[in-house]
Formats: sequence, C-alpha cells, structure tokens
Amino acid sequence: MDFELSEEQRLLKQSVERLVADRYGFEQRTGYMKEPQGWSRTLWKQYAELGLLGLPFAEKDGGFGGGPVDTMIVMEAFGRALVLEPFLATIVLSGGILRALGNDKQKSELVPKIADGSLILAFAQTERQSRYDLADVVTTAKKDGAGYVLDGTKSLVLNGDSADKLIVSGRISGKQRDKEGIGLFLIDAKTKGVSTRGYQNIDGMRAAEITLSSVKVGPEALIGEPGKAFPTIERVVDEAIAALSAEAVGAMAVMHEVTTDFLKTRRQFGVPIGNFQVLQHAAVDMLMALEQARSMAMLATMMVDEADNVERHKSIAAAKVQIGRSGRFVGKTAVQLHGGIGMTMEYKVGHYFKRAMAIDMLFGDADHHLAMLARTGGLLAAA
Amino acid sequence: MDLGFTGDEVAFRDEVRAFFNQNLPDTIRRKMVEGRKLGKEDIVDWQRILNKKGWAVPHWTKEWGGTGWTPVKQYIFLDEMQQAPAPSPLQFGVYMVGPVIIAFGNEAQKKRFLPRIANIDDWWCQGFSEPGSGSDLASLKTTAKRAGDHYVVNGQKTWTTLAQYADWIFCLVRTNPESKKQQGISFLLIDMKTPGITVRPIQTLDGGKEVNEVFFDDVKVPVENLVGEENKGWDYAKFLLGNERFGIARVGLSKERIRRLKELASIERVGDKPLIEDERFRTKIAAVEVELKALEMTQLRVVAAAKNGDSSKPDPASSILKVKGSEIQQTISELLFEVVGPYGLPYQPEQIDGDRINEPSIGPDYAAPLAPTFFNWRKISIYGGSNEIQKNIVAKAILGL
Repeated sequence: MDFELSEEQRLLKQSVERLVADRYGFEQRTGYMKEPQGWSRTLWKQYAELGLLGLPFAEKDGGFGGGPVDTMIVMEAFGRALVLEPFLATIVLSGGILRALGNDKQKSELVPKIADGSLILAFAQTERQSRYDLADVVTTAKKDGAGYVLDGTKSLVLNGDSADKLIVSGRISGKQRDKEGIGLFLIDAKTKGVSTRGYQNIDGMRAAEITLSSVKVGPEALIGEPGKAFPTIERVVDEAIAALSAEAVGAMAVMHEVTTDFLKTRRQFGVPIGNFQVLQHAAVDMLMALEQARSMAMLATMMVDEADNVERHKSIAAAKVQIGRSGRFVGKTAVQLHGGIGMTMEYKVGHYFKRAMAIDMLFGDADHHLAMLARTGGLLAAA
Repeated sequence: MDLGFTGDEVAFRDEVRAFFNQNLPDTIRRKMVEGRKLGKEDIVDWQRILNKKGWAVPHWTKEWGGTGWTPVKQYIFLDEMQQAPAPSPLQFGVYMVGPVIIAFGNEAQKKRFLPRIANIDDWWCQGFSEPGSGSDLASLKTTAKRAGDHYVVNGQKTWTTLAQYADWIFCLVRTNPESKKQQGISFLLIDMKTPGITVRPIQTLDGGKEVNEVFFDDVKVPVENLVGEENKGWDYAKFLLGNERFGIARVGLSKERIRRLKELASIERVGDKPLIEDERFRTKIAAVEVELKALEMTQLRVVAAAKNGDSSKPDPASSILKVKGSEIQQTISELLFEVVGPYGLPYQPEQIDGDRINEPSIGPDYAAPLAPTFFNWRKISIYGGSNEIQKNIVAKAILGL
C-alpha cells in the first residue's frame, strides 16, 4: 500500500504543473475560450510536445505506455487551471475505446496523429433520452452490404464541434436499453449526412449535438465486434470518471486555497474575516470534503485496471458519488465565503464552482451512482 | 501508487484474523455483535488473552512490550480487531496513560505501571474534565498543593468513564495557580483507594451508568506519582489527545456495524419485502458506505504517510479522522435504531446487559440495545475534544486561520 508517486510520475507532475502555471492563468484562459473552437491549438501542440497526448497509449502503437496514475496527474493539474482543451474527449474517452477495441490498423493509423496533436476525436455516445444510461442507444446502425448506415442524434458530445473524427455508438440489434447489440463506429466528422451544432456549456467547455442521417460507413469503420461494445463503453466511461475525479480534486483544491487566502486577507469589522469561527469551520468543512474526494479519486484511479468488472464499477461509482457531493459542497461554500465577489464573472472562484457542478452532471450524477450502488447491494456484504 | 497490501501484510492480516476467530470468546463476540453491555470481566479476560499473545500493547516501544509493527500492520491489527468484532484493550491504560508514561515518565514509574497496564492488573480511568472545564480544559480548577513528600489534591473531575472499576486515575491538576492557565498544570497518577476520593455515577440518556463524578477531598498523593516535570502537564495532555491516529476513525467498527445493519435489514420486513429492498432505506445505507469508503482511504493515506514521517508527533489529520469517523458512526447507529421501526421504542435495560437476560424480550430479540446505543453514541462527537474543537484545531494547525 503506497500513495507516493514514482520518480517519473513526480517529474510528469512537475512539468504539467509548470506548463499550466506559466500558460494557463485565469486571464489567459479567458483568451483561449475566445478562440474559434473554444480552446487553444497552441497549448494542444505544447501538450503533444510534452508527451501528454500519447501518454496512455502503448509504445508499440506510438504512445508512451502510461497508466491511470499518469492520467490522474495530468487531469488534476488540468483541474487546477480549468483547462479547456479536449484531453478528456480525445485522449481518455475516444483514446480509451481505441486502446480497448481498436485493431492494429486503426491504432497504427490514428495513435501517432493523436499523439502529435494533429487529430482530434470525440465520443458520440449519449442521446437526448438516454440521460445517464449508457445502454440506452436509439441511434441505429443497419447493415448495408458490407458496411452500415447510421441514423440518429447524439447529444452533449464533448468537443464534438472540433473533432476530426467521431466514435459513434449505434444499435445494431436489440431493444432501446439492451446491453447487447451496440456497436462502435469510427467516422470522419465531415462524412455526408453528419451535421454538427456546437455550443458552449455553462463551465466554458464545448460540446455538440450531432445528427446522423443515412450516414453510410464501410466495414472498416467498425471498432471491435459488432454488437458487443457495451462492456467496453462502460469500462472506458469508468476510466473517464476516474480522470474527471482527479480533475475535480484539482478544481476543489484551488477553491479551497483561494477561499482560505481570502479569509486571511479580507477585512471586515476591523479584522480578517478568518478570525470568525463560523467561517473557520466552513473552511474546515471544505477541507474535509476535499480530502474525502481526493481519497476517492485515488481509489478510482487505482481501480481503473481492476480485473473484476463489478468491483471496478462499484468503486468508481462510489468515487463519483463522493466527487459529486464534495464538488457541490466545496463550490457552494467557496462562493458563499467570498460573498459578493464570488458572484462575479470576473473573479475565478465561480468558474471552478461551475466546473465542479458540470463534473457532477457528466456520466451520472451522485444520485445516479448512489442508486446503482443501493440497488446492487452496496460495497459491504451483510453479516 | 498501489492500493494492495504486500504479501507479508496479507499474511499478517490472515494471521491476526485467524487469531481473533480462534481466541475471541464467543460470549464476548456475541455481546459485541448484538450491542449488549460488556462486563468488567469481559474486558479483562480479553485483554489478558491479547497480552498472553503479546498483542495488548503493540504500539508501545519494544522495551515495554510493543511489537515493532509498521504503521500499516498497526492499522491492519486495529481494523481486524474492530471487525472481529472484539473489544479494544482498555483505552485509558493502553492508549492514554501508557504512552504518556513511556514518553515522559521515569524508570521507576515505567517498571511499576507499564506491565500492569498491559495485563490490565490495574484498571485506569481518566481525570481531565471538570464541571467548569469541558472544551476549555485548561481552565481546570482541581488543585494539588505540595506538602513535603506529597501533594494534597482537592477538587472534582467528571465524565470519568468506568471509574467504578478503576484502581488508578490519571489527573490533570493545577500545581501553580499564579501562572498562565496552561502553564500551571501537572499530570498526576492517583491510587483510587486513597482516602478522600468519592465516586458518584452519572446516568447517561441511554440509561447507562458508565460515567461518573470523582471528588477529591484532601487526597494525599506521593510526589513520586508526578509524571514528568511539574507544570508541564498540559504538554503531556496534548500528546495524549493527539497521538491516536490509527484507531480514532474506527473504520473497522463501522464496517462491522454496516454488515450488522444489512443483516437486520434483511430480516425486518416492510410490506411484502425485506427492508433492505426498500429504495429509501437501502439508499441511506449506500450513502454511508460511500462516506466510509472515503474515510478508509483517508485513513490509509494517513497510515501510509506515517511510514515516512515521525509518528510520535500528533498529526492534525487525526482531527479530520475523528470528525468524519464520529459522523459516520452516529449515522450508522441511527440507521440501526430505524431498522427495527417501532420496536426501537420499548426500553429494556435488562436485555442490554448481556449477563442479566432471563426473560424473553419485547419484540425481536435484537431490538433492545439499538436505541440506547444510538443515544449513547452521541458522545462520540463530544468526547476527546468535541467536533467543534477539532475544527478549531484544523483551522489553526492546517489552514493557519
């Protein structure tokens, strides 16, 4: 049992933290948000140069063979800066699907381009009606000669408006919520019949509604076996939850630091407001929520590669519950303790709060995962 | 980063678990599971079984019977003991006064007291709180005036747990009324048989009589019973209150209580199904399980950090463990009260005392101890520095506020 980073991991942490400290100040971030796709191509190139974009891919495919702890380190640093670039969409989600199911041809073609920053991918999975149910796929993938025809609408596709290629889930067989019968397809975002409506989310990140009308794809578009994609989708989303948990910890840590500093500097009634016990206790409550979340982000990270699917899924669900609850609490309290200034768009703490809320709402909020845990007997067996 | 225990640690866990399975007397285990009261003999018998094995005081220095286990093994031992579920060795001796004597006592005191603490030949109790000195402990008024080769102690202590069994009490007393309040306090060991000591029980809201008032009326205490230096007692008290970082969260106990809760919720029925299948109830259980998992991970982080640092110094993280640990224990005790529904109501003290049951209980036989335990466990967020005091400590020591 060991919570220390290896020497290599410490170096990674230092270099990512230095990069975001230099290049991702609050004002700089506001600038990146105004770029055409809502994030910085320049920074993306720098991530590539630092090796971050190839990090979790196997060396034989053109990556650097990193593991979940490396992703955690990057995501936590990104959370501290509220990084806008499509790391989750391209590297964790789409990259995760490729790592798990991609054939050699797909990987050798795509991974080097992902790693050098020239290819953006997005994972088009959720739909208007699916809410947090990963098996709820209405988009159809009908056999058409050797290939397929895709029809349907994908919603809230993270960075879907800047993606060169999409990984789309479609139902090959079965009913709306069946786990069986879902396939994954790699398509060019400019394929005929694909229309994309991009937008900004409340947290400044970008997403898209993507409509597929009679999109014809060849057999080579299929990733993995037809109709058998669900367990991989679930596993990759678990991986994304672990990554988001680390991002949330970074964001919460900043909210806590900024708030504690504010309590020491803001004076009212002739004293720093941090002298008041009621505010001290609120700051301690924030710290406890942060530390509990950090513990669960570590658990999620270390469970990503767990062989037992049920154990993995439950632990990561438990982490998402804690992250969601802690994130909301830390965010609300940070704004409250700042008072009026915390309400403004020009001050940073509110932006962290919005990201924490968004993270709770992605891939199942705390209630969703808690209900799943409750339904499946929780974490401990009865006596 | 790696969550797993090493092969050596796994083997150790199995060894500890097997020992508890084979050596924890079934009568004691049953009382623990059912939440019934343990008698003095239960605690003495069990601690002597542990001591015979060499495991009563594993965290002490090796010279005085400690095992030299790593922090991880210390944690595994406590976690397994709580899950067994076995009673803890007597806290006041093994975890409180023992470590203080080891750290600050003289050779004669060590030889005289430590082996008897380990074997529970002496039952110790704690004389810190006073009627006017709870959270503001340093305001205590019990005095010890030097008179030749002894002190004369006058005053009153309160909330003294199990003083009715005690042979000895360790006390904070004021030896210098002139100096600033923390600086005039000394740490005295007092024989409970000394003339002038009166013990009076206080009944707590669950109906139990585990705490007492202890009165001192011209009690003569030999100067050789002073621990460390005169007027340095406050430092020793802070050491005592802050050095418990592996057991304070009681994660193992909460795991065991959740298993019990699930067991009872599977027996109890609501409508045509077991309570455990009730949406609201099972969600409440799942919520506390998530909190507990997070606390367990936080605890493991503290344990792992102790591996690298100086574990003899108090760690303010203990305060976080105490606050979250107490909240979780109290939540579980509340669910254990709710689990039997209206049968949480009949008050049956004779059913709670494991040695006095001779009539069938009203309602399910597991119901009687549940409500009293819920009420009794409100103490967890009050004793040892209330949760509000713990937050003051964290605000100052960690946040610098």
